Amino acid sequence: MLSSVVFWLAAALAIAGAGGVLLARNPVHSALSLVVNLASLGVLFLLLHAEFLAVVEILVYAGAVMVLFLFVVTLLMAGTKAPKDEHRLRLAYQFLLAVLFGLILLVLVAHVMLGADWISNLAGPNAGSFGTIAAFGKALFTQYLLPFELTAVVLLVAVIGVIVLGREHGANR
Amino acid sequence: MATVIIILVKGLILAVILLSVFGVMTLTERKVLGRFQFRPGPNRVGPGGSLQFVADGLKLLLKEEIIPNGADRFVYLLAPVISLVAALFAFAVIPWGPPVHLFGQTVPMEIGGPNVGILFLFAITSLGVYGLILGGWSSHNKYSLLGGLRSSAQIISYELAMGLSVTGVLIAAGSADLNNIVSAQTNLWFIVPQILGFVIYVICMVAETNRAPFDLPEAENELVAGYHTEYSGMKWAMFMMAEYVNMVTVASLATTLFLGGWHGPWLPPEIWFVIKVALFMFFFIWLRATLPRLRYDRLMAFGWKVLLPVALLNTLATAVWVAVAR
Amino acid sequence: MPISYYLILSALLFALGTVGVLIRRNPLQMFMSVELMWNAVNLSFVAFARQYLNMAGHVFVFLVITVAAAEVAIGLAIIVLVFRNREHADVDELSVMKG
Repeated sequence: MLSSVVFWLAAALAIAGAGGVLLARNPVHSALSLVVNLASLGVLFLLLHAEFLAVVEILVYAGAVMVLFLFVVTLLMAGTKAPKDEHRLRLAYQFLLAVLFGLILLVLVAHVMLGADWISNLAGPNAGSFGTIAAFGKALFTQYLLPFELTAVVLLVAVIGVIVLGREHGANR
Repeated sequence: MATVIIILVKGLILAVILLSVFGVMTLTERKVLGRFQFRPGPNRVGPGGSLQFVADGLKLLLKEEIIPNGADRFVYLLAPVISLVAALFAFAVIPWGPPVHLFGQTVPMEIGGPNVGILFLFAITSLGVYGLILGGWSSHNKYSLLGGLRSSAQIISYELAMGLSVTGVLIAAGSADLNNIVSAQTNLWFIVPQILGFVIYVICMVAETNRAPFDLPEAENELVAGYHTEYSGMKWAMFMMAEYVNMVTVASLATTLFLGGWHGPWLPPEIWFVIKVALFMFFFIWLRATLPRLRYDRLMAFGWKVLLPVALLNTLATAVWVAVAR
Repeated sequence: MPISYYLILSALLFALGTVGVLIRRNPLQMFMSVELMWNAVNLSFVAFARQYLNMAGHVFVFLVITVAAAEVAIGLAIIVLVFRNREHADVDELSVMKG
């Protein structure tokens, strides 16, 4: 009972947040809407017994990635203006097409996801340790050790890439 | 239904306690700072100045609410609320006493004890950064904007070292659940084996709460304060409440992780918890009276080049130690 | 809650993200819409993991979040480099190869 109330609330907030990202004129408002979306996804993760992932979603996405976005939006975009309004008409026609394609995509994805016969609509009872840090760590560090190590390499590449990108600009001055 | 009501009541009690601690702390801080500087401190309102915080609160309530021209109204009003809510919410998982038996039910002292306890706390406090960055941006003032970015960069940088300093405790206790961490310290407080982690944690907790000597957001004389330059009245007071509630939270976390939580002889456990937290709060004031403010580049260099590597080493050493001991 | 509800929500969020990429011209808002799509996929992973009680879905979401963080760092650096000296933050202006 309670969990279905929480589900509908979180789902409504997630959709509202997504809509805000799309429709807000100001990028800061978009970023804030995305944070609302991420937070409600965190709640949904909790409902699905993914405790650790819910916290990671908030900690990494809302706490670090979106703050990075806000840094860029508030500081580096402070001098740039919003896109020009002269192609308003073209944008309106783009908008209709985009919504149409979005609807087609939605129907397709939903059809594939729900139409397959491997879907049963009943979630089984929760097994004791599912979703806890312990179970997660066990899976990550035994069965999925190689992908985990590879993400470390990906992160290293990203760090080096950002340093190079940032430095080149300074060298050209 | 009963559990929901119990949680709501506990939340209400906790919020009231934390906000009254804010009032008492402002008075204590001014009194103690006065002692440090050979002056009496506030002594006009009430006996010995003891009602000063009531007068301060009234003054802030009655001040004119000013919203700067060109400010983003909604975000401007939202920023202090985010700060305060994040600060209050984070305290929810701190176990400040053993479970009590009430009306035939066992009621734990904390509001919720998820098995990701400490990560939850870090996740919520990391949301507090939005208050600073949005407050600075929405004020429509370049000093505020720069101040907001400055303090959020500081908080993000020190959050890393803080998280790593705590990892040692998690490895030693073998759990991220704060209750398990407390019970793992029945015989030996983690301050002894994890002394390095403790020192790093204490430095980071001072930086995280924007307190001296890391109080650049409050450097009104050289840096035109920071994200809250344009704030006044109750909105400013909410930022301050958030700061003091955060101080209580990090002090409680330090107590829980390193000083054995509510464990202690003779006295009731809750009293022990309050005593340990009060020690940290005094330490905050002591630091403010003693140390000069750091320059910003030194602050960042210290966080990234000293604290982070040392915290990493501490984690590694603890991991090796635990692996060998088993 | 049946798993299919989560899947429909995930599909809806993914479609919204796609529409966002198509209709926005501010590079940052386009980028945020891409984040929306990442997270919609994450939701379906977690939902499937719950249905089969299999931690593989969780591990995958964790990896997605890590890679997304790396992607954001690089992407933002590029956006800053490209749009730093421009008057308008508008991807339609990037029609010439000259910097």
